Amino acid sequence: MTTQSASARETTEGTVYTVTGGDWDEVVEAAAKADDERLVVNMGPQHPSTHGVLRLILEIDGETVTEARCGIGYLHTGIEKNLEFRTWTQGTTFVTRMDYLTPFFNETAYCLAVEKLLGIEDQVPDRASIIRVMLMELNRLSSHLVAIATGGMELGATTIMIYGFRDRELILDLYELITGLRMNHAYIRPGGLAQDLPPGAVDQVREFVKTMRKNLPQYDKLATGNPIFKARMQDVGYLDLAGCMALGATGPILRSAGLPHDLRKAQPYCGYESYDFEIPTSDTCDSYGRFLIRLEEMRQSLNIVEQCLDRLEPGPVMVADKKIAWPAQLALGPDGLGNSLDHIKKIMGTSMEALIHHFKLVTEGFRVPAGQAYAAVESPKGELGAHVVSDGGTRPFRVHFRDPSFTNLQSMAAMCEGGQVADVIVAVASIDPVMGGVDR
Amino acid sequence: MSERDEQNKPNPEQDLNAQNLPGQRGEQGEEIRVQRGMFGANNGGDTTGYGGLVRSVRLPGAASRPYGGWFDEVADELEGALEEQDLLPENAIEKTVVDRGEITFHIAREHLLRVARTLRDDPALRFELCTGVSGVHYPADKGRELHAVYHLRSITHNRLIRLEVSAPDDDPHVPSLVSVYPTNDWHERETYDFFGLIFDGHPALTRIMMPDDWQGFPQRKDYPLGGIAVEYKGAQIPAPDQRRSYS
Repeated sequence: MTTQSASARETTEGTVYTVTGGDWDEVVEAAAKADDERLVVNMGPQHPSTHGVLRLILEIDGETVTEARCGIGYLHTGIEKNLEFRTWTQGTTFVTRMDYLTPFFNETAYCLAVEKLLGIEDQVPDRASIIRVMLMELNRLSSHLVAIATGGMELGATTIMIYGFRDRELILDLYELITGLRMNHAYIRPGGLAQDLPPGAVDQVREFVKTMRKNLPQYDKLATGNPIFKARMQDVGYLDLAGCMALGATGPILRSAGLPHDLRKAQPYCGYESYDFEIPTSDTCDSYGRFLIRLEEMRQSLNIVEQCLDRLEPGPVMVADKKIAWPAQLALGPDGLGNSLDHIKKIMGTSMEALIHHFKLVTEGFRVPAGQAYAAVESPKGELGAHVVSDGGTRPFRVHFRDPSFTNLQSMAAMCEGGQVADVIVAVASIDPVMGGVDR
Repeated sequence: MSERDEQNKPNPEQDLNAQNLPGQRGEQGEEIRVQRGMFGANNGGDTTGYGGLVRSVRLPGAASRPYGGWFDEVADELEGALEEQDLLPENAIEKTVVDRGEITFHIAREHLLRVARTLRDDPALRFELCTGVSGVHYPADKGRELHAVYHLRSITHNRLIRLEVSAPDDDPHVPSLVSVYPTNDWHERETYDFFGLIFDGHPALTRIMMPDDWQGFPQRKDYPLGGIAVEYKGAQIPAPDQRRSYS
């Protein structure tokens, strides 16, 4: 079976297709002859209301959307392929860039899977797990803040956008203090963390929790009871429980249909079973319910962050096994963060074995026994799963991320068809897709 | 490690590491790679004396009963439900692997749809959420090069299992699960896009990430990464796929 597409010619660079607009006149003529109001509109991939490079293909009849489809792939960067050419530790540097609004979740899912393959889940120090939980919950806050802020902006509510980004900035400052970077941290590593918390971090986080507790009610006051906000959000983007299950939707979408499913409670990881928090649900199945759930989850996240701070005890943040632990005797030098002078002095001056060990671990990496593992975490958007396969080598054989944005975005058609064009924006915003995660 | 694992020894690699000894290499499991030499010196420059080393790398092999925990319950229920449909379980389930606290059912591809439907609909199984499909390409696993891996989650019973089907490179067909789990629509398109696995019965199997006129399937092992060497502080750093590999 062959289909006649654009004319092709072979060059040294490969096949080159020449697409010409020869038949456009006929297309326009045929469209003019058609007497119905049916119109196919391309929204995106560059559109301020589509959350990045998402392309929506809408078939509209007047103001009603009769069919809606997504075009994705504009941000595909081949991260999964690239991972197969780097060591296991370098993997976190890649996965953190997938869903760039939830970097700590990506890193944790990947590291949990690698740790499962290595069989060292029990050896990860408590302090590392507590800091992971704390960072993930701060990340849940920052991700939900962006979801609410951009969602508000797309409705025309710029104040809520300013509020959201103002508060997110406070969290990004904490990330910068703790990891050195506002985004793309690569801070969580197989076996633990890249380094311990810097001095003063605990106080700053505590200070932030206090500020955030003061700021959170502002969202309530501004939006929750606002009649315009409610008129735009209520009964829009409707997806009931049966639809959620069929389409595999998780996270706030599933919980807005009334099912309190949260992996932190169902399949706890990183010690979540020992934290005290609630899973908010709603039975409205709509965008407004998802907004309320995100607000409440932020309150719960603040509670978990506080519990983490109370639990922090001094101790290691990396497994004791020196065959896995990346040499992380780091210190801040004039040219940024690097290996501490004491460590350099030791490996360069006194111990040849330590130098060999350092060199081998950094260049060659560690071997991971052959097999496969799946680790899932509850990201702000739903179930984020990492399927990791090892062939016994120093590089991943295959890493696949089940990104919740990718899966949830499929429900766009079910939410939008039959509704108004303006409601498409609200429905997509309530899915909260991040194209970095969708396309990977 | 529990006693059961000690008896079954499904994973020679892991045992080797557990005892830190060059242990007896079993014959269980699928051979996925043969490693020759060490340190990744493939072009004759190896003077370490390890050049003649030949090591076969195997994935964890089939486990025998009991699997432990709720694994037996799920396996019993599945086998019983398949028998009720006049399908011999040993025909549908090629093997069962228990490794690292996870259970994997290797399913014959012609029976995948029936098994998935049973797993979803049987009240004692009730795996209502499919987390999509992940492709894996094992070029050395002759006749079973392309694998499709599904993770099924049961919210009702709070369980997670893995299904794995394989297809040969020259007949890359696997039945589509979209009729059972509509969520697999995009996931199967993605796996087709990257691995060339054709999901029979999918409503619209087209590329999803790569451009529509892309040639080849990028995540296959024989598809090059494609990188360019870069200069850094006067030195030429080779592209990632040209660097020395220690695997």
